[in-house]
Amino acid sequence: MSRVWGVLAWFAGIVFFAPVAWMFLTSLHSETDAATNPPSVAAPLTLDGYAEFFDGGAWPPLLNSFSASIGSTIIVLLLAIPAAYALSIKPVEKWTDVLFFFLSTKMMPVVAALLPIYLIAQFSGMLDNISFLTLLYCSMNLPIAVWLMRSFLSEVPREILEAASIDGAGLITILRRVVAPIAMPGIAATALICFIFSWNELLFARVLTGVVAGTAPVYLTGFVTSQGLFLAKVCAAAVVVSLPVLIAGFAAQDKLVQGLSLGAVK
Amino acid sequence: MAVLTQEERSVVDRPPPVPRKSYPKWARRAPLLPALIFLIVVTQLPFVATLVISFMKWNSLDPTNRGFAGFDNYVNVFTDPDLRSSVVNTIVLTASVVLISLVLGLGLALLLDKKFRGRGFVRTMLIAPFLVVPVAAALIWKHVLYNPEYGLFNGILNLLGFSAQPDWISSMPMSAVVLSLVWQWTPFMMLILLAGLQSKPIEPVEAATIDGASPFQIFRYLTFPHLRQYLELGGLLGSIYIVQNFDAVFTITSGGLGTANLPYMIYQTFYQAHEYGEASAAGVIVVAGSIVIATFALRTVSSLFKEEAR
Repeated sequence: MSRVWGVLAWFAGIVFFAPVAWMFLTSLHSETDAATNPPSVAAPLTLDGYAEFFDGGAWPPLLNSFSASIGSTIIVLLLAIPAAYALSIKPVEKWTDVLFFFLSTKMMPVVAALLPIYLIAQFSGMLDNISFLTLLYCSMNLPIAVWLMRSFLSEVPREILEAASIDGAGLITILRRVVAPIAMPGIAATALICFIFSWNELLFARVLTGVVAGTAPVYLTGFVTSQGLFLAKVCAAAVVVSLPVLIAGFAAQDKLVQGLSLGAVK
Repeated sequence: MAVLTQEERSVVDRPPPVPRKSYPKWARRAPLLPALIFLIVVTQLPFVATLVISFMKWNSLDPTNRGFAGFDNYVNVFTDPDLRSSVVNTIVLTASVVLISLVLGLGLALLLDKKFRGRGFVRTMLIAPFLVVPVAAALIWKHVLYNPEYGLFNGILNLLGFSAQPDWISSMPMSAVVLSLVWQWTPFMMLILLAGLQSKPIEPVEAATIDGASPFQIFRYLTFPHLRQYLELGGLLGSIYIVQNFDAVFTITSGGLGTANLPYMIYQTFYQAHEYGEASAAGVIVVAGSIVIATFALRTVSSLFKEEAR
């Protein structure tokens, strides 16, 4: 019986993975081999699609995406770690209310705030500016990061904290020697998840950026109405843009569920 | 926007009281304030602005003709057939993606909970769709899989000897969008349900097996009740994310062929038609709808939260 389950699971895995595999394979084909029917599986491999993608002005959007994603992740961690500390290790009064307030902001659809944010950007001359987008990504990820960091920090055993403070360790020493080593994997996982969400974001980027500050997803929307021979190029673009997320996601695989469920599932 | 009721607050356990004397209140609050203030400014104020603009007559192409509109925008939104169909589309899209990916995710989670050779590798393959950037995934589905002339689907039909070469997107636009989203979201559901399955206590199952319970009975009376809250959580989180979906609709059909959902509609009303008042009114309606979903979602999360604190 267990053999049947194994075969079924492998079959399902291959079916789900097939589009990804086909995307990789097509990105390595020439344009003419990419657009055949029936598909040319064994066509010769080439890096032309990638060359064309990078020659076609892909670097600025990729760099914009990196700076918005990494910048917002760093700011989010700087804001979220102290906040999570005040919600777990030394909790403020009514800490659960604060925690659920953070969560409730995540449940409001961004599209409803799109127009006022656009008007603010227009008014302050921040349209097509990557720092404005970075700031928005901070607000998008802050609730997630606070929830995640709280669930990681609450794993720090209270007894150790008490023992350290009885032994006369100051706040800085406790943070450095006790809290940081236990919380580090959690901080890394939180950072990866915030990075993924910022990297994937399209709606804000599409509305608020243009030629200068356009991110990688905005660059990809240029392919929406493409016609003719461009399949290898679009696959190469999809592979390159997805690669950071695939790497971050597989690296954070164990913490991915915890992050996506805001720490509700361990 | 706080949508918590008193009842929900009280179910969450509080930590044991910590001695106060060495930590004055302000010192406890200080680390929290930067994050809290930042979030209030960036997320709450725009909603207030949306609410105000929703009562204004405002088309940016006609700036002189700006003023108070009362409930006109809301009346327009509710009487506009396009907007009404976008509400229906949003519900159809969200419900079908969430339900189908929950069922598939449950099946896959049950498979992955068994022991077989290469389980880690299969798990990795199954997660991959979720880690493709959403716009990129939508582009791949639109151009590389669905394309009627040289897409992979018709290529496979051709290889298998079928003469039918359907134009997938034009003949079934909504299903095309749904399918691509199900492909991306099934791994998400699977991961949540798998976490649920693996946190299930093993002793009751062993006891039931010894007492002669059938696998179906074990699933029906032990596994399923345990999984219920994980199913709820997956369904609600999925709903929150998919209600807001913009990427797939924008990429695969560009909102055409009767697939425009609310986020796409609002985007179009404001970005292309420049009807600021109407876009805001639609935004307020979306928020009102989300509060309903969010209230349920928060209740589910807080019940899991309570269990953890126990």
